[in-house]
Amino acid sequence: MNVATPLIAFEQVGKHFGGHRGDRPVLAVADVSLNIASGEFLAIVGASGSGKTTLLRLANRLLVPDHGTIRIEGVDISTADPVALRRRIGTVFQNGGLFPHMTVAGNIGITPRLLGWNQHDIAVRVEELMTLVQLDPGAHRDRFPHELSGGQRQRVGVARALAARPHIVLMDEPFGALDPLTRDALGKDYHSLHRDLGLTTVMITHDMAEAIMLADRIAVMSEGRLIAQGSATDLARSGSGEVQALLQTPRRQAAQLQQLLPQDDNS
Amino acid sequence: MSLWSDPRWRDALAHLPDYLGNHVRVSLAALVLGLLLSLPMALLAQHRPILRNILLNVASVVQTVPGLALLALFYPLLLALSALSERWFGLGFSAFGFLPSVLALALYSMLPVLRNTITGLQGVSAALREAAQGVGMTPRQSLTMVELPLALPVIMAGIRTAAVWVIGTATLSTPIGQTSLGNYIFAGLQTQNWIFVLFGCVAAAILALVVDQVLAQIEHGLRHRNRKRVAAGAIGTLLLIAATLAPAVSPARRAYVIGAKTFTEQYVLVALMAQRLQAAQLPVTQRSGLGSNVIFEALASNDIDVYVDYSGTLWANQFRRSDVVPRSQILDGLRTELAKRKVTLLGQLGFENAYALVMSRRRAAELGVHSIADLAALAPRLTIAGDYEFFSRPEWAAILHAYGLAFAGQRQMQSNFMYPAVAAADVDVIVGYTSDGLIAKYDLVVLEDPKHAIPPYDAVVLLAPKREKDTALREALAPLIGRIDIAAMREANLRASGNGESVDAAASWLWTTINAGAPAAR
Repeated sequence: MNVATPLIAFEQVGKHFGGHRGDRPVLAVADVSLNIASGEFLAIVGASGSGKTTLLRLANRLLVPDHGTIRIEGVDISTADPVALRRRIGTVFQNGGLFPHMTVAGNIGITPRLLGWNQHDIAVRVEELMTLVQLDPGAHRDRFPHELSGGQRQRVGVARALAARPHIVLMDEPFGALDPLTRDALGKDYHSLHRDLGLTTVMITHDMAEAIMLADRIAVMSEGRLIAQGSATDLARSGSGEVQALLQTPRRQAAQLQQLLPQDDNS
Repeated sequence: MSLWSDPRWRDALAHLPDYLGNHVRVSLAALVLGLLLSLPMALLAQHRPILRNILLNVASVVQTVPGLALLALFYPLLLALSALSERWFGLGFSAFGFLPSVLALALYSMLPVLRNTITGLQGVSAALREAAQGVGMTPRQSLTMVELPLALPVIMAGIRTAAVWVIGTATLSTPIGQTSLGNYIFAGLQTQNWIFVLFGCVAAAILALVVDQVLAQIEHGLRHRNRKRVAAGAIGTLLLIAATLAPAVSPARRAYVIGAKTFTEQYVLVALMAQRLQAAQLPVTQRSGLGSNVIFEALASNDIDVYVDYSGTLWANQFRRSDVVPRSQILDGLRTELAKRKVTLLGQLGFENAYALVMSRRRAAELGVHSIADLAALAPRLTIAGDYEFFSRPEWAAILHAYGLAFAGQRQMQSNFMYPAVAAADVDVIVGYTSDGLIAKYDLVVLEDPKHAIPPYDAVVLLAPKREKDTALREALAPLIGRIDIAAMREANLRASGNGESVDAAASWLWTTINAGAPAAR
């Protein structure tokens, strides 16, 4: 593979919903071109309804674009078998998306099972992944999702996404519903997994602070369009008012916290 | 104390293994068939709104058809199918009893299963469906690994409802020849044996409750992901099935099947014939409570071996003759007609159970009524009651026509209740049966029929085609032919209806009486 070839490439991709039986079609993604390099951690930010989740679904063919092309490792995914494609891409869903009738081990081992791994290999892999996401296999293997805390559930979600050793991980607001402490810890833990395993990660978030702290590069979506992309420094130089407003929020919060919180040496 | 020492309890208990076993077998077969039909249909309809609406509506409509009617409809349908298959493939099947009951009950069980399966699958959240797709499941894997397991508690609840409905409705399969707990209820209603009625209802209710509770264990186990409860429920279900099916496995001998319609006299006669066959060391089973249209076809197609019918009934109903002819001609005509169906008329029992217009003695004296002719002028002020079928029979049209009657009102009721009703002056006239013991009990009078509008109804013993040359059977029944007079029959009927005497005891009494006295006068 040519080094210059991006791992994931969106080429002028467009998608709208509805439009049959006289409904007005709703534009979800318009003319988006975006390259993601191998090993990169990309965050997509934007308000609700900006099209960021649609973009993610297009990448593993949960949705099919109206026009444009999506390539993974240079291959147009519209020519690929969607089921095989999804089995080699790890996905972490909002709120975990764990199957409530399966144990932790059953959930983590699902994609290997679909790929026809043998029982022993699956068990070994589940054990390995639980350790990787810092869950005690002995205590949690046979529990059901409803017996876990929110943070534990999302750790299982991450382990499940990594089970079949994918190179690409797609994350849809993975830490959105967690309390700030858990969220912070999980974000950091995932970031080291990303680095250590050499993953390519695309993460959706509406939290600019999280995006800045975890991602190498940030793509900003608004009303279906990609309005800016680049490092936090690049974005800070952007002329777009919307991008500036997004960056303003974490800055303002940091400043307010600085004022409100007692300084460490005061105590 | 006296209630519990009643011998009819023991009688009822003695029938339990047979009735219960048959009841469970037919319910189980119907439920399994219902599931095999409705689960794939529900899966097919899941993503097709039009098909889904059609299916649910059809199933709802089926549910509104009264159970008894649905069961009764399957009998002629299967009879016709059997005849067709006989003609095309040379392979007939029995349209009697088990098969029509299973089909009708299966149809009955479909609505709750269809509805709950569809609802259960629709209740699986879109997020989980997407997760299933996202981890790399094919649509089929998503269905079997995620959607169906998640919908299972709801589906199980539907199966529970269906099981309870089927068990309840299966009591109605008795009139089409399927032995069930309904045998208690039908026989009990006719012979005013309230112990039987109670026993049948309670047994069916207990069976339904037990099955419901066992299936509830499975449902709760599935809902709360408790494998132990699921296993307990499954073991319970298997035990229940094994317990009720076990007696069926043992004696598989080919017995003589004696049929009876749904009224007291028929229950007495079937018991009488069964006693004769047993005395002759012949194996015998009784199939009581059969519908009057079902029973003749069942005999003609060898599903039952023998039963007692009445000449006028056969004449009018089976052979659709509306002409009224003298007694001797009816019997000759019958023999010819029966021969065409290869049914043997073994002989007359000696009494007649005719329809008759009956009034209370006091009321008849008040109005000065002796014969049906006297009613002509009075009828517009009188009400008349009859059983469920009489007013649609040709005899009724013949009576109205011959005497020019027009009653102020006509009511249909359970035949046993007509007699007390006319005695209590709730109605003025009833269409009773001449051999009914209740005529004497309530001091009623039978009105004369000077124009002979009502045909004769001699009780005749009929044999199935395959029993035509069965001398053992003929000899066992021979002592009954021409021996039972109307007085003895009335007395036996009275004894069997609500006097605390069992039908078997009344039949034994009848046997003793006809042997002690002179042969019935003819």
